[in-house]
Amino acid sequence: MLGSFDFDVIRRALPYLFYEGMTFTLTLTALAALGGLVFGTALALMRLSGLKLLGRIAGLYVDFMRSLPLVLVIFWFYFLVPYIGQWLTGASRPISVGAFASSLITFIMFEAAYFSEIMRAGIQSISRGQPAAASALGLTYAQTMRYVVLPQAFRNMLPVLITQTIVLFQDTSLVYVLSITDFLGAASKVAQRDGRLVEMYLFAAVVYFTISCIASFGVRRLQARIAIIR
Amino acid sequence: MIEISHVDKWYSPTFQVLTDCTTSVAKGEVVVVCGPSGSGKSTLIKCVNALEPFQKGDISIDGIKVNDPKTDLPKLRSRVGMVFQHFELFPHLKIIDNLCLAQEKVLGRAHDKAVTKGMQLLERVGLKEHAQKFPAQLSGGQQQRVAIARALAMDPIAMLFDEPTSALDPEMISEVLDVMVDLAREGMTMMVVTHEMGFARKVANRVIFMDRGEIVEDAAKDDFFGKPRSDRAQKFLSKILSH
Repeated sequence: MLGSFDFDVIRRALPYLFYEGMTFTLTLTALAALGGLVFGTALALMRLSGLKLLGRIAGLYVDFMRSLPLVLVIFWFYFLVPYIGQWLTGASRPISVGAFASSLITFIMFEAAYFSEIMRAGIQSISRGQPAAASALGLTYAQTMRYVVLPQAFRNMLPVLITQTIVLFQDTSLVYVLSITDFLGAASKVAQRDGRLVEMYLFAAVVYFTISCIASFGVRRLQARIAIIR
Repeated sequence: MIEISHVDKWYSPTFQVLTDCTTSVAKGEVVVVCGPSGSGKSTLIKCVNALEPFQKGDISIDGIKVNDPKTDLPKLRSRVGMVFQHFELFPHLKIIDNLCLAQEKVLGRAHDKAVTKGMQLLERVGLKEHAQKFPAQLSGGQQQRVAIARALAMDPIAMLFDEPTSALDPEMISEVLDVMVDLAREGMTMMVVTHEMGFARKVANRVIFMDRGEIVEDAAKDDFFGKPRSDRAQKFLSKILSH
């Protein structure tokens, strides 16, 4: 069976697959993870703030986002945002938002919901004595969070955060619904053009598998290095 | 220095933890608070620097009302050192950084000045060579001494101790008490929740006995150990001194 495989198709497509496809995939993953973490931490702080209204808003947001399939959100967002932009700015025509910007915002919003739950668990894992000790030294609430609670929560949660990012790395392939050339999109285009579906999709699977595997292995190494000694 | 007057605290209308607590700690005075567990002594000391809110009464430190919403609480707390039962060192920071964090972020001291101050205090509690270690690498007694040094780094006008030796192995208690005795002899104003009656005998000016959220006895040390007026204090003393 392997005899009919055309490995040269893959070789010829490599520059396109990696320079265009993988660059896009990795950029989107990194930016979405970063934005999701910042926004997610803010949501977690809102939920734990003790202010009922803020907590309720954040809770609703998280539940809402987690109740929708990601691919649907990507799709809806891409088609809705131009109209929302038009409505907000009062422009005469729908605002054009690039596919990249649209997908990035979607992923940040979506990942924020997941990251916020991870950070919430992380913050709650810190014993109440820690913020009490920080307050007793005169640190304000914001300083206590910034210098005492969040660094510990972040370290405790880093393995889970990175694991979630690996999931995100795989999920970015869903941007194919917007016909964006991410890694899978690029592989798919070559596959259709050259009629080499089996080779290209097999190769894409191997690449996703390899990168995710190496990253998972890296998580375990990192965990051992940066864990707080207790 | 510390004025506590008619403080009431309850978690629900039926669950009152402090009832009409009134006492004071004068400048340079060492006051020991004792009593059975659940008597509200830890709660009372946490009310002093507003780590716990209370519903009625007033507490003031150096003339500043703790329960006034206009009071800058972080600033007030930075002037009162507190030592906790479970040390509460910051596990992600080295010992020296534990001592520097609040000096720099709250008092605005330059890093090298904070380090100098921190090293001086570590030397004082006998832990200078551990400055670059992390809290978990130290024993309980050493961690508690670091915690005392961390509080002293803020140049506090008074120190609060919430059962500082209760979580320690017996052989480590004395190294912590020695530091506290030195501090008391230097004239630090101290409010100490503890069961260490030896410490109370040595340095306390007054002893407060609490039971079920009330201050049952507030007496000079010699009166307290000589002949407590209340039955409950007598029973308590006979129980913890008989061993």
